[in-house]
Amino acid sequence: MDRTLRLTYKKCEKIYMDSFIQQLINGITLGGIYALIALGYTMVYGVIQLINFAHGEFFAAGGYVGVICLSFFTGLGYMETHPVFCLTASFILAMGYCAYLAVGVEKIAYKPLRKEARLAVLLSALGVSIFLSNGLMLTQGVYDKAYPSELFQGGFHFGNVTIGYLQILIVSLTAILLVALNLLVFKTKIGMAMRATAQDKTMSALVAIGSNRIISLTFAIGAGLAAAAGIMVGLYYGSVRYDMGFVPGIKAFSAAVLGGIGNITGAMLGGLIIGMVEIFGAGYISGEYKDVFAFIILIAVLYFKPTGIMGENIDDTRV
Amino acid sequence: MSAEPILELKNVHSGYGSIKALKNVSLKIYPGEVVAIIGANGAGKSTTLMTICGIVPIEKGDVLYNGMSVKNIAPEKLPPLGLCQVPEGRRIFPRLTIEENLILGAFYRNDKAEIQRDIEHVYSLFPVLGERVRQQGGTLSGGEQQMLAIGRALMTKPKVLLLDEPSLGLAPIIIRQIFDIIADINKNQGTTILLVEQNANLALQAATRGYVLETGEITLEDKADSLLHNPEIRKAYLGE
Amino acid sequence: MIQEFRKVWKQYAITMLWLLGLLWPLLGIHPDGTLSFEKTVTVWSYILAGTFVCLVIYIINSSGHLKIFTDPVVGTTRKFSGIAQAMPSWIWLSVLFVCAVVYPLLTGRYATDVAINVLLYICLGLGLNVVVGLAGMLDLGYIAFYGVGAYTYAILNVNYGLAFWFCLPFSAFFACIAGCIVGYPTLRMRGDYLAIVTLGFGEIVRIILNNWMTLTNGPNGILGVKPIGILIPVMENGFTFEIFWVKKLEFFYYFALALAIVAIIAVKRLNFSRIGRAWESIREDETAAELMGVNTFNYKLLAYAMGAIFAGLAGALFAARMRFVSPESFTFLESVMVLCMVVLGGMGSIPGIILGVIALIALPEVFRELESYRMLVFGSTMVIMMLFRPAGLIPAKRVGMRSEERE
Repeated sequence: MDRTLRLTYKKCEKIYMDSFIQQLINGITLGGIYALIALGYTMVYGVIQLINFAHGEFFAAGGYVGVICLSFFTGLGYMETHPVFCLTASFILAMGYCAYLAVGVEKIAYKPLRKEARLAVLLSALGVSIFLSNGLMLTQGVYDKAYPSELFQGGFHFGNVTIGYLQILIVSLTAILLVALNLLVFKTKIGMAMRATAQDKTMSALVAIGSNRIISLTFAIGAGLAAAAGIMVGLYYGSVRYDMGFVPGIKAFSAAVLGGIGNITGAMLGGLIIGMVEIFGAGYISGEYKDVFAFIILIAVLYFKPTGIMGENIDDTRV
Repeated sequence: MSAEPILELKNVHSGYGSIKALKNVSLKIYPGEVVAIIGANGAGKSTTLMTICGIVPIEKGDVLYNGMSVKNIAPEKLPPLGLCQVPEGRRIFPRLTIEENLILGAFYRNDKAEIQRDIEHVYSLFPVLGERVRQQGGTLSGGEQQMLAIGRALMTKPKVLLLDEPSLGLAPIIIRQIFDIIADINKNQGTTILLVEQNANLALQAATRGYVLETGEITLEDKADSLLHNPEIRKAYLGE
Repeated sequence: MIQEFRKVWKQYAITMLWLLGLLWPLLGIHPDGTLSFEKTVTVWSYILAGTFVCLVIYIINSSGHLKIFTDPVVGTTRKFSGIAQAMPSWIWLSVLFVCAVVYPLLTGRYATDVAINVLLYICLGLGLNVVVGLAGMLDLGYIAFYGVGAYTYAILNVNYGLAFWFCLPFSAFFACIAGCIVGYPTLRMRGDYLAIVTLGFGEIVRIILNNWMTLTNGPNGILGVKPIGILIPVMENGFTFEIFWVKKLEFFYYFALALAIVAIIAVKRLNFSRIGRAWESIREDETAAELMGVNTFNYKLLAYAMGAIFAGLAGALFAARMRFVSPESFTFLESVMVLCMVVLGGMGSIPGIILGVIALIALPEVFRELESYRMLVFGSTMVIMMLFRPAGLIPAKRVGMRSEERE
């Protein structure tokens, strides 16, 4: 993952040396992907105050299921005849698969520990993360797995600036998912119940909201979004790897914290900021230190506003 | 007063881990009554309500609702059966609006038109709430939060309403208003009410019957009027 | 028996079906457009068989049918612990000490190597215990201080030819400075914000080590670090001193042992000192501690610095042993490993941490034959351990819960 990222950066740097707009477009693409992953962290944290370290692996699993499905369809020959159907199906299958994975993981590894100290659950999450990434390695191999390469080559050219078809797809799909999530969380009754559970579990139970169901739902939605991000990364960088969940995982978590953990709008904003900082930092300052910039921005923001950009005081939220 | 109690606690023992908060508590609440539990700080009043709702686990004994044991029923399954609590400190969802808080009260119900009607009804009971539908719960004053909490509980269409310290931290004029509403709910909607209060005078005036809880045990049970005139009670709880 | 454990069986069955559904898409869908089931079912049935045996043993054990076997074992251990308690603890400690001293003489090179690892990680674990276990701050970038210590010695030694003993305080000092640099801006944050910031700092240190070519030689690392040198008196040609290079693992083992013992004593003394109580009060309730006059900021910073010093010392020893340092040794996974040792063993409990270190270093060595399945087993063991013993193997007696964690 890191290697492919670096290669892509090199490619980017060579072709579009100083194009600010180009960087902006790349930044939005990457930022959108981070935002999708960050949402899972932030939602899970909001509901059960857990840093779900396995979330990066949900993302990786999504990327793998995506490549498996797309290769399968290519093998069947559907890819040429019905590309839109194949892509949609792959996205839906990967998201479903990861939701299924996440709900099971929550039931097995987190739910029995809900009353224990938070470090116990955190360690359990780390264990799940190690288990899942090695499970992916054992079933899928140690090496990069390439996405069908003929997908979405090319793009629109405006002078020196190129907007890839793939970038358009990624950005628009991200936007659709984010809007859908916002509608779900802020406009529906079940979304209201999710927010209520995050704020006060006992009281939610007293008004007939079953917290177990809501927690499962939160995990499912978070993992589904991460899976979508996984396919996008696979398409964008051309391949997936069993340990690809780690680096984007911690960056997305940084994004969630940057935005104020537990806050959905904050996670989206944080994702965009981290993506932008990374692309611009790599483009204008130094490609080697691109990961450092994301963390420096995070530390700087938290220094001046310890609860993140849009976060409430966490001590207040635990009534 | 009908013969069958709608809510009954039979020799209930419960507590938090090693701490025993309730010891052998038995209560009977009949349909249509207003029953008050009075007692000092830390006597186990709130624990009694939390035990009824299944939040605090029962160690021994049983809780019967309409003759059915609710000991092993998850807390979130109780409001649909008509058992609802307004907990101590109101516990409004602070970052949800007034309207959202009320809608969540009706979480298990799916009859949209009816829910809308009930929301209007709550607004007519508490006009203050109706004026600021979109305000966040956390920004309301104590009295408004109490009104919202009662309104939210009413949205579950309770047959038995458990009220924990509705007067806590409120100005006397607001307390009066809230107790009027409680009496109104009892009379006009036939809701049975179990009221827990530190303010014994207030509670016994509103109630038909009363229990006295001391360090986790029921020490006295009587008509509210008799308790009000009981010299010991007057001395211990009414400050005479 | 079946009746009693019906719930367990039901959960097990559901889990296994869930796993089957999880495995099939990964193993059964092929790029040539075909679907297959054999491989999935084979893998699944292996897992099924393995977990089934474990579950049956667990059920038989918890229903008391294994008493015939476990009773004698429990009886003897109880007898032993009876004897143990009868004798003063210093006897046991000296027995342990003698065992530790003769260990490299009795075992081979490989076992000594593992033991050195264990000793260095004990030092690291105890240092992290000061931060996490005593002061209650979650640190996910702890290994950075280890790295700073190791690189300090490596750079000073290779570039300036300074000796180990001269560099050792510098390693500790620079690690301590790094700890303060991390601590100063972050200590205003609480809980999980602190966790992510320390993680970020850890990554920053690693990336800098990886990219600052002129100083650290980047990903290639620094080669040719000198081992520990000690002066020994030589009697030939009159009385002179000669430098003896500790290259052999057996000798190096004793330095690691000394460091671990120093760390154990230091942490034990700290734990029951005024400072230790201040840390624990911060862990239990920061606001209350502040109201009681504990300068929480200074004490938290001190905890960070103290933890970092232990890591720095261990780092210098690590560099002297490997005679090579590279950023690969200081990844996030290492931080996680150290944290696991502390939490698995039992936070705040010194014997617990030692046991945790041994479990996490020695067990993977035992399972070396499993090769690629090793980490898979490791991950699942971590989850299972937490499910069955969430407070660790040997929980500390004085550790309570943070007020905010109680719900």
